[in-house]
Amino acid sequence: MDQFLQSIFGDTILTHVFMSVLPLLFLLVCAVVTIYVEMKMAAHMQDRLAYMRTGWHGTLQPVADILKLLQKEDIIPASADKFLFMLAPYIVFVGTYAAFAVLPFSSSYIGSAVDLGLFYVIAVSALVVVGILMAGWASNNKWSLFGAIRSASQVISYEIPAALAVLAVVMITGTMSMNEITKFQEGGIQNWLIFGGPLPIVHKLLLIPVMIVLAVVYYVCSMAEVNRTPFDIPEAESELVQGYNTEFTGMKFAIFYLAEYANLFLVSAIAVVLFFGGWSSPFGSFMSGPWWSLFWFSLKGMLFVCLNIWLRWTLPRLRVDQLMYVSWKVLVPFALVCVVLVGAIMVM
Amino acid sequence: MTFQEISENLQKKFGDAVVLVKADAAVDPFIVVAAQSVCDIALHLREDAAMQFDYLMCLSGVDRKGTFEVVYHLASMTHKHKLVLKVSVPADRPEVPTVESVWKTANWHEREAYDLFGIIFTGHPDLRRILLPYDWEGYPLRKDYETPEFYNGMRVPY
Amino acid sequence: MIETHHSQPATSRGTTLRTEEMILNMGPQHPSTHGVLRLELVVDGEIVVDVIPHLGYLHRCFEKHAEQMSNYQQVVPYVDRMDYVSSMGNEFAYVVAAEKLLKIQVPERVDYIRVIMAELQRIASHQIAIGTYGIDIGAFTPFLFLFRDRERILDLFEEACGARLLYNYFWIGGLSHDLPPGWVEKAKAFCAYLKPNIVELNGLLTYNKIFIERTANVGVLPKDVAINYACSGPMLRASGVNWDLRRDDPYSVYDKIEWDVCVGRGEAGTVGDCWDRNIVRVHEMEQSLRIIEQALAMLPEGNVQAALPKRIMPVASEAYARTEAPRGELGFYIISDGTGSPYRIKARGPSFVNLSVITEISRGAMIADLVAILGSTDIVLGEVDR
Repeated sequence: MDQFLQSIFGDTILTHVFMSVLPLLFLLVCAVVTIYVEMKMAAHMQDRLAYMRTGWHGTLQPVADILKLLQKEDIIPASADKFLFMLAPYIVFVGTYAAFAVLPFSSSYIGSAVDLGLFYVIAVSALVVVGILMAGWASNNKWSLFGAIRSASQVISYEIPAALAVLAVVMITGTMSMNEITKFQEGGIQNWLIFGGPLPIVHKLLLIPVMIVLAVVYYVCSMAEVNRTPFDIPEAESELVQGYNTEFTGMKFAIFYLAEYANLFLVSAIAVVLFFGGWSSPFGSFMSGPWWSLFWFSLKGMLFVCLNIWLRWTLPRLRVDQLMYVSWKVLVPFALVCVVLVGAIMVM
Repeated sequence: MTFQEISENLQKKFGDAVVLVKADAAVDPFIVVAAQSVCDIALHLREDAAMQFDYLMCLSGVDRKGTFEVVYHLASMTHKHKLVLKVSVPADRPEVPTVESVWKTANWHEREAYDLFGIIFTGHPDLRRILLPYDWEGYPLRKDYETPEFYNGMRVPY
Repeated sequence: MIETHHSQPATSRGTTLRTEEMILNMGPQHPSTHGVLRLELVVDGEIVVDVIPHLGYLHRCFEKHAEQMSNYQQVVPYVDRMDYVSSMGNEFAYVVAAEKLLKIQVPERVDYIRVIMAELQRIASHQIAIGTYGIDIGAFTPFLFLFRDRERILDLFEEACGARLLYNYFWIGGLSHDLPPGWVEKAKAFCAYLKPNIVELNGLLTYNKIFIERTANVGVLPKDVAINYACSGPMLRASGVNWDLRRDDPYSVYDKIEWDVCVGRGEAGTVGDCWDRNIVRVHEMEQSLRIIEQALAMLPEGNVQAALPKRIMPVASEAYARTEAPRGELGFYIISDGTGSPYRIKARGPSFVNLSVITEISRGAMIADLVAILGSTDIVLGEVDR
């Protein structure tokens, strides 16, 4: 992709603009689709139909929602810290969007094929917490502040098991580049890391249970990082009204909203890269190639988004101390043991 | 225990504090007691093993035009009998000792009676208005109550 | 924890962390106060140190309105609006009290229809209670499942009296309408329809691990406190008190029907915790179905209006009657001065009384627990504030 663009525009700024705008387009489309899918899935789980009137089966409803949000009055509370209040949604969004830079969308498209891709993702997505804290603090609303503080403690706690799970994958693949990790798993479904990767059969068999545990650990952490039920305590509608984004309206709220769905896809995409072969086709070289790989990447990502939606509309919410319990006393020990096991298996 | 036995028990124990025993009332018979001893009587009613009125169903204020009544509807969960106890106080000095220490539920009921009738429950730990705004003037359920024209600059009758 | 910042003054390089309590206003506009209740919370971080309820945002002075009515029947629509999610229960309590005062005997068919309606209403009311409780805990889906079933009950009500929420169906001495043809069969079909859905609800919410974690051992209301605060209904029974007015102070035809009183047993945690309050409601729905089925089978033919004089003139007297409304003991104290209109009506709402215990059981809980506790008391502000 990079070479292709350079062949058209040369090594100009235009090439880089194009490269960086593509994920944004993908993300916007993805957010709209996810909003629609979430509403429909939730509705059908709840024995109802959701919107049916805007377009065929309500397909235009997300567009209408976005238009509505754009037209809403932008209210800044009189006692808010205006500068931080204005900045917060953008920081949250930038934190999420920056992580998209290293996502390998397709075999021939990756925003930036840095060697430390995974490290970068974990580092840069922590910026989201800063934005959330800013939002909560700047709103000058106690409920928002509660949400922000809960969010900070939650995200920090859950990054540890998540990072451990990532570490185990890195130990197997020997690289932190997302693209390299994906290429490692090429060659069909049996080579995905959840099934032990392309290793000798004994290693594979030993790795499979460990990898399944790690995938679950990572997935649970990712749910916590996107602040969705059962880990939605920073927004906990019935407790904190709407948490850190209570005071936000109009475009600012829309950006939070967008960031949430972008983040949702991001964590799913990372799970896909880490355990489910990234953009590689499950049938080896069949149905592979740049477009097919984009297809596989989006499909796998959306499947995990749907799994998240399914869980969200099924489970109740944990309490803040139970949330910490799950992270520190369940996920971290499991992840630690798994890392040790992976290490042992790899040196075998 | 029947109403007869309860009233005799009370009369024996409290003598003159039992003002009136109305056994032939049209529907529910009731006992009127003196205001100052209502708390002792209440405690006795709850503690006496034969009566054990552990459940205060309802506490109501009534404006009898000139006097205020406080009506206690009691029930016993163990003996499954009920009793209506009344206290009558003059309208110019509507003071009744609280029974909050006997039945905690009386707390809010008494606040309500204070709120709507202006009956003062002496010894009540937290006698504030409960249903009306804290700065409301007057006691709406009194028969001579007249709706104020304005409340904080807002017209009241509409 | 409370005294921390008083006893140990803050120093810029001190070793103790200076903590301060914070006043937090929960409500009057808050998603889980179930209406317009304001709770003034004193919190220490996430821990609730004290709760001060402020009521009255929905106060309409129902009792004053009732005094202005020119006869006893006119009070019924006002009564409807007290606990607006269980209007039949309110009407039942009021007509029982008024009929006691006026010494009216209603035809037997009326009694059975009233029991059927009241029990249907109890199911509908518990469905709202459990559904919104699920939302309080963060589970949204059970709410809509329950509302789907509740619609069927409202359809039955609508067919019987034309209204879906505020019925004005129970009249003093009878009912506004007889049951329409085919209604009994529909009610039977509903009973058969609902049974499996209660099992589904248990799988979805009641026995969900997270739900149990959130509600078991939270907001424990001991037996003696419950009685001293005069709690009633599921709130009292969950604390292990085997007490149901339908059995222990029977009115209407409940003494001819067989059912079980559901009591909290502390299955998931302690007796009297939030989970128990919820499970008592679930079991009561099952028992209500039993009552409805029996009453439908026993439903006699006959008139639905007692022969009453055109204008009811009671003697100067007073009566207190209590019934087991979905939320607990709903009592009406009616005083007549011998004229056609009531001299004084006092409503003893179960929500009002049950709410008064909230301070007692939520000290030391977390904010999330407070939401769970408040949800489990199942108050309706229309009745708290009247």
